Amino acid sequence: MMYRAVTFSLLLAIWLVFSGIYDAFHIGLGILSCLFVTWISSDLLFDDRSLGFRARLGQAWRLGGYLAWLGWQLVLSNLHLLKLTLKPGAMAEVEPRITLYRTALKSDFEKFLLANSITLTPGTITIKILGDDFYIHSISKFAADGLDGQMERRIAAIFAPAGSGSPSPSAD
Amino acid sequence: MILDLVSMLLIAAGLLFFVGAAVGLVRFPDFYTRMHAAGKGDTLSSLLVISGFALHEFKDFEGMDFILALKLLAICVFIMMTSPTSTHALIDAGYEDGIEPVIAPDAENVLGDPTSRQP
Repeated sequence: MMYRAVTFSLLLAIWLVFSGIYDAFHIGLGILSCLFVTWISSDLLFDDRSLGFRARLGQAWRLGGYLAWLGWQLVLSNLHLLKLTLKPGAMAEVEPRITLYRTALKSDFEKFLLANSITLTPGTITIKILGDDFYIHSISKFAADGLDGQMERRIAAIFAPAGSGSPSPSAD
Repeated sequence: MILDLVSMLLIAAGLLFFVGAAVGLVRFPDFYTRMHAAGKGDTLSSLLVISGFALHEFKDFEGMDFILALKLLAICVFIMMTSPTSTHALIDAGYEDGIEPVIAPDAENVLGDPTSRQP
């Protein structure tokens, strides 16, 4: 029941932001359609329902913080690429390679987040995920060296139960 | 006034990164490295240009300005999720199709040569 309420309020918030017209008719339409969508699809949005509301809120908050950190990494990655493309003679630094990265993250969503983050940050793209193995294409040695366990630790910390400390992933 | 200046700076920086992505697309040696330029240059430069637009729309700090900024922020989040996913899909398709990657002489390729694999 609580998850249905959360789904409904999320949908309604999105409706209110995107509609931008605030009279009784449009808000009424929004409430009706959000109720309908919640009714037919409320079991799609959240996979694991054992967690309480407070724990979920903490996860969402930490995910927001992680996205901000990721935005900063995105800036660094683009500065590196800009240097490779525009600086004369920097083409010699382009040394592509494909490396293996083994992760300790378990759930699909964590792996998805890690793969997308790797693709967004300095000069690395995830080609394949087979089980726990990530095959990663790096554009230069600098980029491949940037793949330490820091990103994985941050992701593990998002979903770790509060207070118990994050489970430490495998070696960097 | 100062908002205008900041938004212009953001848009100009976004355009600079777009130029970097376009030049990289031409200069890099193979399909995989070109995907680096195309996939990442696009993401950050779109984010910068969009946030520049959002700041530019802040005229008198009314409610509607914040609603518009929220909409643009939603676009940013959407781009940050979809862009790496599409990059990954393209590069995986390229590998499955047997495009040979350029590998530096002293570097490794743990995945092996795509042309030597049986489909």
